[in-house]
Amino acid sequence: MNSDQHPIVVTGLNHWFGAGEARKQALYNVDLTIERGKLIVLMGPSGSGKTTLLTLIGCLRRVEEGSVKLFGNELYGATEEMLVLSRRRLGFIFQAHNLHDSLTAIQNVRMGLEVHGAPTMKSWRPAAERLLSILGLGDRMNYLPKNLSGGQAQRVAVARALVGNPDVVFADEPTAALDKDTGHEVVALLKRLGEVRNTTTLMVTHDSRILDLADQIITMEDGRIVRIG
Amino acid sequence: MTAFLNVLFGRLPIGWLQLTHNRGRLAAALAGVAFANILVFMQLGFMGALVESAKLPYRQMAADILIYSSDTNTLSDSGTVPRQRMFQALSTPGVRTASAVYIGRIDWDRSDGVTSNMQVFGIDPDKQVFRSPAINSRLDRLKLQNVGLIDRKTRNTPKDVLAVIDSGKPYSFEAAGKTLSIQGDFDIGAGFDADGYFIVSDQTFLNLFPKRKPGAPNYVFVTVEPGANPDVVAKQLRSILPAKDTIVDTLEKAAVKDQTYQTTERPVGIVFGFGVIIGILVGIVIVYQVLSTDVADHLGEYATFKAIGYRQSFFLGIVFEEALLLALLGFIPGILISLVLYKVAAVATGLPIVMTALRPVGVFFGTLLMCSASGAFATRRLAGADPADLF
Ligand SMILES: Nc1ncnc2c1ncn2[C@@H]1O[C@H](COP(=O)(O)OP(=O)(O)O)[C@@H](O)[C@H]1O
Ligand SMILES: [Mg+2]
Repeated sequence: MNSDQHPIVVTGLNHWFGAGEARKQALYNVDLTIERGKLIVLMGPSGSGKTTLLTLIGCLRRVEEGSVKLFGNELYGATEEMLVLSRRRLGFIFQAHNLHDSLTAIQNVRMGLEVHGAPTMKSWRPAAERLLSILGLGDRMNYLPKNLSGGQAQRVAVARALVGNPDVVFADEPTAALDKDTGHEVVALLKRLGEVRNTTTLMVTHDSRILDLADQIITMEDGRIVRIG
Repeated sequence: MTAFLNVLFGRLPIGWLQLTHNRGRLAAALAGVAFANILVFMQLGFMGALVESAKLPYRQMAADILIYSSDTNTLSDSGTVPRQRMFQALSTPGVRTASAVYIGRIDWDRSDGVTSNMQVFGIDPDKQVFRSPAINSRLDRLKLQNVGLIDRKTRNTPKDVLAVIDSGKPYSFEAAGKTLSIQGDFDIGAGFDADGYFIVSDQTFLNLFPKRKPGAPNYVFVTVEPGANPDVVAKQLRSILPAKDTIVDTLEKAAVKDQTYQTTERPVGIVFGFGVIIGILVGIVIVYQVLSTDVADHLGEYATFKAIGYRQSFFLGIVFEEALLLALLGFIPGILISLVLYKVAAVATGLPIVMTALRPVGVFFGTLLMCSASGAFATRRLAGADPADLF
């Protein structure tokens, strides 16, 4: 399968938490292939394994059994260096914005670019300013997170995730901390930017209005994928 | 500052931004570093004064070689040698002069209620035992019974005493049951052992200290012939004089021994060394406390940066950046306050407490090391930043 067209290919993935008596399986034999440039929504009841799947594909947790191929690279048994380099091609948007409280909005966005080293840093400011403007934060660039509203802070987090032009964006309930309208607006922006840049987005959400924006909806239950559609 | 550090580090100075974000914590950290600096500077200042003041009387001695008793520890704590050694020395080739010097202590109960502990040198007024022209030009006065010269730098010398002497009149007082008449002054400076010095003739000395015998001085000051090498003459003397009761040292060597004894064998010296260690420990603990709390407060942010793809070295960089900045910013008030305290302490104690050129350099590098050590301990907390916990 062409990794250019299918950045994520998961086969026979199992995952457990805990040890001994408390050992509990969270994922059962998950198979999943994701096409490039799509907005994929992951649904399912709480505890069904959505976050676990996201952290495994996102190189935040080690694959213990089965195969995860990210950009054609096998994550099972990958070195720490390999994982670090893979993470740099990803963008993460968390439930909480996780902005650094001592850094202004634009400095937080800059951190998403600085990780790529000196070459990208030459033009970091125009890139960060452009993205923040698109996200409607043109007049908030030098604000500290504590002086931003929840929606504004989450949009800064979106800018931080996107500024490095990631190939895949992972978002785990990115709108949970926002009111419905703001949440919808943020996801719509995410989708629009993704389409322009041909970015693949894998998003966990319960928000039914966001489902309309999805290219594909994957439903999980008890650690298994029960429906793809 | 942010822009400057940005250029310096080639990245956003996150450590600086974190430190300045929490002003209270920054102030505490800087106070801690400054406090440690002050503690160390003060201990080193006193230690330096101990070393310096121990050397002061030796600098005034017009001698190349000292002969003294083998149970001598310091100038003020010296045994006696037979005066015979002086005559033996005089008949040794290369020796120009040899003079017996008697040393004792008296309490000078002053009219202002203060008691000064004075070290008294009893010298032969026909010989130039000291270098100072102020002493040598007044040797004739010492030939009168119970006449002495006083160290102007005696700790807390009452103004009226100096005023009387400066006007050319004698100043008399009771000491050791005798009336002593001060008829001149010279400069040495107080130390840890004595508040100041008196110089009297050997006759007056024996009168003041009836138990001392003319045949048992504390030191024999030896000068060598012009062109003679003191080391060679000292060796020669060493071979002639009995080793079991007599030490023969060049002046420099004797001064160094005295000073080493005072700094390493005496409680004062040891206490100052201990104070330096305490200062460093206090600094390490405070800086560690601040840095590790700061790391703990930012674990979420660090985990996020890890998820983005930053390496461990990046986080170590932040912690050491903070350590470096604390060292730098804490050192500045530390040394400024220390300079003021040096002045105050020097005036209050009459001790030569001065900042040497190398001391700030040494303390600054010590501060860098101290903060780096704290930073290194604090980085262990970074292990708590796990990106898997973020979702
Ligand atoms: N760090 C963890 N330690 C132990 N068990 C965990 C951990 N994370 C998740 N689990 C368990 O794994 C299962 C799946 O959790 P998760 O992937 O978070 O589900 P979801 O995101 O769909 O709500 C749950 O039963 C949960 O209790
Ligand atoms: Mg979840």
